[in-house]
Amino acid sequence: MRQISYADAGMEALIEEMGRDATTFHLSTDAPPPLVERFGESRVRGTPIAEGALTGMAIGAAGSGFRPIIDWRMVTFSFVAMDQVVNQASKIHYMFGGQARFPILYRCTVGGGVRMAAQHSQSPYSMFMNLAGLKMILPSTPRDTKGLLKSAIRDDNPVISFESTRLLTLVGEVPEEEYTIPLGVAEVKREGSDVTIIALAWLVHEALAAAEILEAEGISAEVIDPRTLVPMDTDTLRASVRKTGRLIIADEAGPTCSAAAEISALVTEDPATFRALKASVRRVCALQVPIPYSPTLEDHVFPDRNKIAAAAREVMAES
Amino acid sequence: MDISPERQREMLRLMQTIRRFEERASADYVAGDIYGTVHCYIGEEAVAVGVCSALEQEDQIISTHRGHGHCIAKGADIDRMMAELYGRETGYCKGKGGSMHIADFSIGMLGANGIVAGGISIITGAGLAAQLEGKGRVAVSFFGDGASGAGPFHESLNIAAAWKLPMIYVCENNLWAVNTPASSSLSVPDVATRAAGYGIPGMVVDGNDIFAVHRATREAAARARAGEGPSLIECKTYRYRRHTERPTQVDIRPAEEIDAWLQKDPIERLVRHLKSQQGQLTDEEWERMDREILERVNLAVDYARASAFPDPSRATDDVFAA
Repeated sequence: MRQISYADAGMEALIEEMGRDATTFHLSTDAPPPLVERFGESRVRGTPIAEGALTGMAIGAAGSGFRPIIDWRMVTFSFVAMDQVVNQASKIHYMFGGQARFPILYRCTVGGGVRMAAQHSQSPYSMFMNLAGLKMILPSTPRDTKGLLKSAIRDDNPVISFESTRLLTLVGEVPEEEYTIPLGVAEVKREGSDVTIIALAWLVHEALAAAEILEAEGISAEVIDPRTLVPMDTDTLRASVRKTGRLIIADEAGPTCSAAAEISALVTEDPATFRALKASVRRVCALQVPIPYSPTLEDHVFPDRNKIAAAAREVMAES
Repeated sequence: MDISPERQREMLRLMQTIRRFEERASADYVAGDIYGTVHCYIGEEAVAVGVCSALEQEDQIISTHRGHGHCIAKGADIDRMMAELYGRETGYCKGKGGSMHIADFSIGMLGANGIVAGGISIITGAGLAAQLEGKGRVAVSFFGDGASGAGPFHESLNIAAAWKLPMIYVCENNLWAVNTPASSSLSVPDVATRAAGYGIPGMVVDGNDIFAVHRATREAAARARAGEGPSLIECKTYRYRRHTERPTQVDIRPAEEIDAWLQKDPIERLVRHLKSQQGQLTDEEWERMDREILERVNLAVDYARASAFPDPSRATDDVFAA
């Protein structure tokens, strides 16, 4: 199968969906040349640096029959648009009694590891998960990125796509034929029987590397990628934990009120899954600090394959 | 004036409907039948009706926290409005929104909004949609003097001007943001002055003169439809009542100022004008019109009261579109 990068897979999704649906248009503070070439400057607009306005304009255009795509670029810049995200986009369908649909895709990059320091190395998806009314995807591979983005564009709700900065250059298999990946379906990336590692985005790859290390030590790790944060495929996560009896959650965000915390609660509040647990649940997350710049500091703050493997050995030692 | 007498009487009927609707909403709020709060538009009716009477059915508007007037002026059904205020399942938002969140997308009313300036960029997106569609539709943003100091106003005007979006920005300058006078929070005496910074026309009009509002809107709409871009219309007006009907709402506005504006009442002004024109409105006709409006508002209250409250299980409906 052909191989393309995570970033190119995302662009391919946009090109295909903008080609099949004339109500789509794209706003971002720099217009992507591949989209401008194909769809022109009317549908693909480079905008003033005014993310708040762009985020709100998407809502009005969506409510007027369009299917806007807004690229915030880094999640950092979504924060200047938070009024529109929190007070408007997440609530407008519900608040108005469901009388109109608001199909919007908001894209942004998340995560660190590229020495960009605190403002440009954030993974704040749980802040958005805390709101009702937004769907969100967090792909870990080029194939998932394309398939999930295509579904996100076709969805009739506001969807936020969190795309990992570290993975933009990752190359992987992407089918040439048409496909989509539904929102709300997790994927078991590696099967195992001793411990379940639920990992997000870049940490999926670190978890897979940790599973290799652990296999050499006789520990069989199952790695699951939720792929979609809202809706969360709780059934698949619980089924794996019922099988292995042990759970580690690995994420690049800090642990406090995080997606990892939510996953831990969702999995363990189910009585059958709770009874199957043989050990305490572990979160392998970033330290709860703003992300620092210097390599020695940044690498210390983030979780990685070694920290995941260490946590696996600990839960194996518990029972 | 090139507005037909029938049309002028219809404008009067809409203005008086807004006033009577809100008088009743306020009374029923005080009586405990309406919850949360109610922001009354009374005194500013010439702006909503003057603007909306110059628009076409398919044009779109967005409102503020003080939204009943814009709804009624754009053609909303007062039965469903009152039912929404009463929190009933037959309300515009099935009881999910209340006074501050009434919308009717089917008539191009994209919603009231509890965030000052929150709607300006949303309706600018409707303007972008109108431009992309190319069918000559216009989008109108209502907002207050308070919102003109907020970021979304400036971001949206810049984008709309740069892209020549078919937009009309209507500032309802009622001189007070709750209890902060515009004279102390605006950097310039007229909000319309700010249009110059974006290279678009800015007009100051007497917001209590419905014909002046109507004419300014018609000119702005013609510009927008011709692809010449947005306009900013500042309507100087005044709210008669406190910021909200909440019993705890303080009002520090000087009594003399309120009295002076009561003398400039937009409805009385239109009534006087029509009565002065031979055969356009008699005392009797005006009394009958008002009586009919009061009866119509009573019917809306009856409709609301006869409607059921939403079943509690509906609280989880419509979080997402299916």
